[in-house]
Amino acid sequence: MAKRAPDSTDVETDRRWSALMAVAQAGDRNAYERLLRECVPVILRVARRQGVPASRLDDVVQEVLLTVHRARQTYDPARSFVGWLCTISQRRAIDALRRHGRVDRREVHAPLAYEAHCDPAADLAPHRELASRTKVLGSAVAELPAAQREALEHLALMEMSLDEASTMTGRTKGSLKVNLHRALKTLRARLGAGE
Amino acid sequence: MAEVGRGGPHEGLIRDLAADLTPVERLRPPAMRAAAWLGVVGAIAAVLACFSDLSAVAQRLIAAPDMWLAVTGSTLTAGLAAIAAFELSLPDRKPMWALLPAPGVLMWIGASGLGCLRSWLVPGTHDASLAEAKDCFLFIVGLSIPLSVALILMLRRACPLRPGLTAAVGGVAVAAASATLLNFFHPYDAAATDLVVHIVAVTAVVAASRALADRVLEG
Repeated sequence: MAKRAPDSTDVETDRRWSALMAVAQAGDRNAYERLLRECVPVILRVARRQGVPASRLDDVVQEVLLTVHRARQTYDPARSFVGWLCTISQRRAIDALRRHGRVDRREVHAPLAYEAHCDPAADLAPHRELASRTKVLGSAVAELPAAQREALEHLALMEMSLDEASTMTGRTKGSLKVNLHRALKTLRARLGAGE
Repeated sequence: MAEVGRGGPHEGLIRDLAADLTPVERLRPPAMRAAAWLGVVGAIAAVLACFSDLSAVAQRLIAAPDMWLAVTGSTLTAGLAAIAAFELSLPDRKPMWALLPAPGVLMWIGASGLGCLRSWLVPGTHDASLAEAKDCFLFIVGLSIPLSVALILMLRRACPLRPGLTAAVGGVAVAAASATLLNFFHPYDAAATDLVVHIVAVTAVVAASRALADRVLEG
């Protein structure tokens, strides 16, 4: 990448920032705050040029600001402040990209796998209880005499009307009513005795 | 520069950093800081010289050019590597500084190799036994510990953005300085075993420095 020749504005900015950093080294908080604010666009520019994705730019900016703070005693006002800042920004951008690369190698984006993964914190006891009751009821219904089971399935479970059930089974309405009543009585007795 | 004049989402951090600001003393130039560390090495050398037979050391070094060339090479390596380590500890220095000790290293290795050749060709040389070679190893590694502590404490004052490289070059400086000081108690001619032991010791010191870099020098 060809470097752009610094124009007089760049030189002037560099000189001003260098002066701000020199007084910040002496403890001037206002100068330091102003300098850090003005540095943010430069840091963003360097990070973007290094290829840092937009979602990670703020992380890089914060890392650079913290590094500038920790390394402020290393700045020599006889040297370029912009050069000093850009080297730090470049290094932190590379660190972020490496960290990002390591995470990408370890993790995969799989939303379906996430959806299908069981929640270990979920309470499965009610589901087990329901499954157990269904199994008991199913075996009790299976043990009913054929006529009672037929009446129960058509009228109670499949919610057919007496006419429909009569047509379907070929039994009279009276017979269906009696068998349903007996089936319910038998089930009540068996399930009630089991509890 | 739309974002100039405000810190955007970083405003909170900027205010916190400004509130945390305390006056700092600028670091001295790397060459001066390296000279200070070499002063520590010099002080240890002065103490060791008190327990050494200096005339015997001088005679041994003068006797063969490879001996004093090897000592000059290790001394040069220690000095250049120390300067390189202090340069690398500054955030805006290029990694090319790591090559600064290369001339010293080449001289050191070349002269040591020449010494090995001489000890093969010239009869009556005193090669170090395995036990003596072990002592050399322990001396280099043992002396490297206090020298490393002093160097790390000084390097930490900067903010190395490449802690691994800085520590490795610092390790070269420490190992070279220890190997130089070993000459006070090293009445042997260079031999292959001796050279191998020195290389292993120097490599161990550099590798240990590199391994500990992230913990002790993280910027």
